[in-house]
Amino acid sequence: MIKCEKITKSYFVGGTRTSVLKDVSFEIGEGEYVAIMGPSGSGKSTLMHILGALDRPTSGQYFLDGKNVFDLSEEEMAAIRSEKIGFVFQSFNLLPRSTVLRNVILPLIYNGHVPKATRRAKAEKALNAVGLETDQWTHLSNQLSGGQMQRVAIARALINDPSIILADEPTGNLDSKTGAVVLDTFQKLNKESGHTVILITHDKHVAEHAKRIIEIKDGEIISDSPC
Amino acid sequence: MIFSDLFEETIFSMSSNKSRSALTILGIVIGIASVIALISVGQGTSKGITDRIESLGTNLLVVMPGQQRQAGNIVRGGMGSSQTLTLEDAEAIKTGVTDITAVAPTVSARKQVAVKGKNTNTSIYGIDTSYFGIKNIEMELGAQITDQQIKSRAKVAVLGPTTRDDLFDVEANPVGQKIKISGQEFTVIGVTKAKGGTGMGSSDDLIYIPLATAQQYIIGNQSISNINIQVSSADLMSFVQAQVQELLLQRHRIADATQADFSIMNQADMLSAMSSVADTLTLLLAAIAGISLLVGGIGIMNMMLTTVTERTREIGLRKSLGATSNDISSQFLAESVSLTFIGGIIGIIVGWGASLLIGKLGSLTTVITLWSVLLSVGVSTLVGVVFGYYPSRRAAKLDPIDALRYQ
Ligand SMILES: Nc1ncnc2c1ncn2[C@@H]1O[C@H](COP(=O)(O)OP(=O)(O)OP(=O)(O)O)[C@@H](O)[C@H]1O
Ligand SMILES: [Mg+2]
Repeated sequence: MIKCEKITKSYFVGGTRTSVLKDVSFEIGEGEYVAIMGPSGSGKSTLMHILGALDRPTSGQYFLDGKNVFDLSEEEMAAIRSEKIGFVFQSFNLLPRSTVLRNVILPLIYNGHVPKATRRAKAEKALNAVGLETDQWTHLSNQLSGGQMQRVAIARALINDPSIILADEPTGNLDSKTGAVVLDTFQKLNKESGHTVILITHDKHVAEHAKRIIEIKDGEIISDSPC
Repeated sequence: MIFSDLFEETIFSMSSNKSRSALTILGIVIGIASVIALISVGQGTSKGITDRIESLGTNLLVVMPGQQRQAGNIVRGGMGSSQTLTLEDAEAIKTGVTDITAVAPTVSARKQVAVKGKNTNTSIYGIDTSYFGIKNIEMELGAQITDQQIKSRAKVAVLGPTTRDDLFDVEANPVGQKIKISGQEFTVIGVTKAKGGTGMGSSDDLIYIPLATAQQYIIGNQSISNINIQVSSADLMSFVQAQVQELLLQRHRIADATQADFSIMNQADMLSAMSSVADTLTLLLAAIAGISLLVGGIGIMNMMLTTVTERTREIGLRKSLGATSNDISSQFLAESVSLTFIGGIIGIIVGWGASLLIGKLGSLTTVITLWSVLLSVGVSTLVGVVFGYYPSRRAAKLDPIDALRYQ
């Protein structure tokens, strides 16, 4: 479902061109659990933004379900993000001063295909899937612990029932114990609901939770192997 | 994004920073309230002027003695100082000019009036029977002056209500009582209804007596002070004015119109001159108020730009969750329009209150018109759109990745 062909992303900084991604090619099939691993600055986040239709490559082709994302308009890219992609960020990015439920429902207001009446049920399903206790649903997001916040963020990523979950350093801000809970959540989502999960990390131990590891360095793939 | 979501997001966003929203709304409230209040003052002034002139009678031409100035209709010399108009002139106008409904010659003078020790100085008007009709004067008490009383030079008087209050008790019935005008004893036969207004042109502070009586006993000659002519329709004012002019020039044997020994005041001309002054005043006041509205609008823009900057990360997040640029810009636009709309509504209420207060406390009349209210709502909403547009575009154009990285 994901097919990258010679993706290059370059930035011009101070008149010189630096390529963050260099001719990156790979494929990820439906239902895979892939970790993209690499040191800081290797271009992992840049790649994730491209995979999530938030950004366009400078050159190369990125096909998502057969559609060349490069050719899509802004609106069409937004529609893809809304319907097919669920982002989980390192820094959670929850709306402060808003309840857990409001945060989880947020993506639905930008998805015209979901009737308003079904929102609550969908939110409950997503929150149950990440294992957040019912009594916390009406808490404000800034009253939660880091692990709880990240699970709310994952529930938010799930609400549109996306085929792909993109998680950028989802455990980077968590201690190893809460990190393990979050990684368990991804594992379950992959195993039980068949979501394609792409996990970005610089941590080998985190990457080992996945079924396949793509390693990049300086914008190039240096290894791609199952584990 | 559906409307109800947009609405909820807007309410949420405004209430998440209540004091800032309130201050921004205050800016608009002040702007709109001053527009409403100042326009109401302008309109009130304009209506006051129109009412005053119309209370003098409708479709009125007034012929006054005295020389005419080269450049306008201003009479040289005080009222009644020249004695160039006569009753025969009035008669000639009545018979010789078409499209008039009534002609009322009057004699006027200021005299000392006394009643049982009370003294006052007031205008004495010698009138004939058509005068009250032309001036729309109605009786509060007693009877009008009759033809018989004019012919017989009867010493009878009709009082204006203010004069009655001055000479007798307030609201008293003086009919049948005697008063002394210039030492002559007159019998009060009636009191006119109050018409409002004070000072020059007020019909409340004077005494009416029969025309012939006034000529004989009060001023002592046969001249008259002016001739009021009521024209049958407003369109014919200038036409009738020209006829009167020609007739009187002929009668007074004056060849050159600039040398005329009388002048004709056209009520319609006066009305339009005065209302154009009042309209300019309204416009000026509205412009001043408009400036404060503009300042309020800049306040909106300032607040929205701050909000956009503060919420940059949130904008990036919303985009990553599937929001389009249009979703983002409509959210910010909805917020600024809501702020100005709320400000507009409160501003109308405050402005309304202020204008009522000005009307109550000051000597100014205020009039709130529907158009000034609609204009304010429209303008305030427009301010929201105009000053919210740039911040909302700025929010919409943010690159989601840059926005997410923003610290
Ligand atoms: N807008 C930009 N302009 C110029 N250079 C950029 C821009 N965005 C990213 N880069 C550069 O691209 C490189 C890769 O960035 P990226 O965020 O993808 O790294 P990463 O692998 O996610 O690192 P980390 O593990 O620290 O998150 C970095 O060297 C960064 O400086
Ligand atoms: Mg990164």
